[in-house]
Amino acid sequence: MKLTKHNEKAPASVGVLAVKVDDLTVAYNYKPVLWDIDLEIPEGVLMAIVGPNGAGKSTLIKSILGILKPIAGSVSIYGKPYEKQRSLVAYVPQKGSVDWDFPTTALDVVMMGTYGSLGWIKRPGQKEKKNALEALEKVGMLAFQKRQISQLSGGQQQRIFLARALVQDASIYFMDEPFQGVDASTEIAIINILKALRKAGKTVIVVHHDLQTVPEYFDWVTFLNVKKIATGPVKDIFNDDNLTKTYGINYKVSIQE
Amino acid sequence: MDIENYIELVFNDYTLRTITLGTAILGAVTGMLGSFAVLRKQSLLGDAISHAALPGIAIAFLITGAKDTNTLLLGALVSGLVGTFWIRGIITKTHLKSDTALGLILSLFFGFGMLLLTFIQKQPNANQAGLDKYLFGQAATLVESDVWLMAVITGLCLCVLLLFWKEFKILLFDKNYAITLGFNTKTIDVLITSFIVLAIVLGLQTVGVVLMSAMLLAPAAAARQWTNSLATMVFLAALFGAFSGVFGTAISASQNNLSTGPVIVLVAAAFVFVSFIFSPTRGLLFKQIRYLKNRRDLALHKTLAFMYDIAVNHQNKSHPHEIRILNNFQGFSRGTLKSLEDKNYVNIQGTTWSLTEKGYDIALNLYNQQNKTNE
Repeated sequence: MKLTKHNEKAPASVGVLAVKVDDLTVAYNYKPVLWDIDLEIPEGVLMAIVGPNGAGKSTLIKSILGILKPIAGSVSIYGKPYEKQRSLVAYVPQKGSVDWDFPTTALDVVMMGTYGSLGWIKRPGQKEKKNALEALEKVGMLAFQKRQISQLSGGQQQRIFLARALVQDASIYFMDEPFQGVDASTEIAIINILKALRKAGKTVIVVHHDLQTVPEYFDWVTFLNVKKIATGPVKDIFNDDNLTKTYGINYKVSIQE
Repeated sequence: MDIENYIELVFNDYTLRTITLGTAILGAVTGMLGSFAVLRKQSLLGDAISHAALPGIAIAFLITGAKDTNTLLLGALVSGLVGTFWIRGIITKTHLKSDTALGLILSLFFGFGMLLLTFIQKQPNANQAGLDKYLFGQAATLVESDVWLMAVITGLCLCVLLLFWKEFKILLFDKNYAITLGFNTKTIDVLITSFIVLAIVLGLQTVGVVLMSAMLLAPAAAARQWTNSLATMVFLAALFGAFSGVFGTAISASQNNLSTGPVIVLVAAAFVFVSFIFSPTRGLLFKQIRYLKNRRDLALHKTLAFMYDIAVNHQNKSHPHEIRILNNFQGFSRGTLKSLEDKNYVNIQGTTWSLTEKGYDIALNLYNQQNKTNE
């Protein structure tokens, strides 16, 4: 993996591009959900995607990851087409997108993170299990490894999803609302993991709802409402002007000085 | 007929042996694949596929003019597959929800099939008699070659299942995630669906178009109650399905005029019924028992906590207090006091009560737990 070392004080230095999106346009029916998105995400940032409901935040992630087929546009990861770089990318879907009554255990779900590198037919072995257990430990869920997933709380389920992505040992992480419906202690645990990922030189892209925590958690932000409104470092562009442009009402958030 | 005689007959009598084996294998393969249909929330798919197979049978007969089972089932397979892919097409291309698409295709194909059947019955061809047995199935028509076909397909299905276990599991649990890992989910999807169609078509001769979906769903629904592991669920579903076949055949063979297919379905339904009520973790019975026990324990603990509050203000913790001061507390009743005494948490003497050493400790720990969870 070609990861450049980062100076901790300036993690968002514009150097290598981790993700580059060109002219991305997506429509479910007639009305476009995303219109002509150009996006450049530098390596090593912790980026929030913010925007109102229906702005296309999840759609953007899903289109980048090839889950949805865009009408136009292309995505490249470290300069090569996404299809060739899948192993560098991990995905944390929305917690509500799966049936948690599925008959399986926490460890088993985390093991799914190893399926991609295994490829077709090959079964996970001891090495995969060891990696999965390590990931469970990182999210503080080792004690719950044998638990049926329906018996986990919402926050624990979210941690399991995060652990599954960690197992992939990717360079770029896409997360769809990881803070949704989790308690305060899980939120802190998750943000600590995200910060640790950034420190390790990984790029983390998060669909985020809580505007208040953007300056505290993230160093890079993208405003999205069907079109891209703005993207850049939080300290430069997270202001009332962009918030108003994105949310359509006169938005005032007091950013702590 | 007693059981011993019957078992002897199963081994020696050609017809009975063939039917028992056939229905057992059929039950196993449909139970196995049914687990996937149930977990994908496509329970109705089986019903739609089996109904969609009917016109295929009729058309195959119209083309060949003969009643060869394999040819008719091939027709059923083709029209079952066509129906399935139409359903998928409707769901992806229109705004219709899957239940609408399933219902639409089910009635459309079944109606067309019935039309063809009545048309065939009006024809002078004497061969046509008995084509309607595919509606409700007739296990007695099974011959050894049919059972062989079932065995081969079941074996094939088992191999595919073992080979692509991990792919099936991830598709079932989280399709979008599977896509990001680079799996071609369409291929896995087509593989599962094709085997489901194949299993249904195999069962048409025995169980019939109308009842076939029960073979797919009942064993799987029953199995889900007993386990939280996918592998165990698939195994149990196969087992329940096979036993439904064996028991169903036995019941229908030992009574006159009981059609095998419906009896098998009823036996499978009995598995579901028992599982829904008696499963230790998900069953209604134990759930209700746990619920009541939990409520009673909470009521007891609350009363004990109230008594502790009174006792703790007194230097001697076993100091007797009047029972009537408890009347201010809403959860209190003679019953709770009696069970507290039975558990040796309190002593009752005349009109007074006092906490025992054990009761005091328990109450204290209740408090500690409460404090811990509040932190």
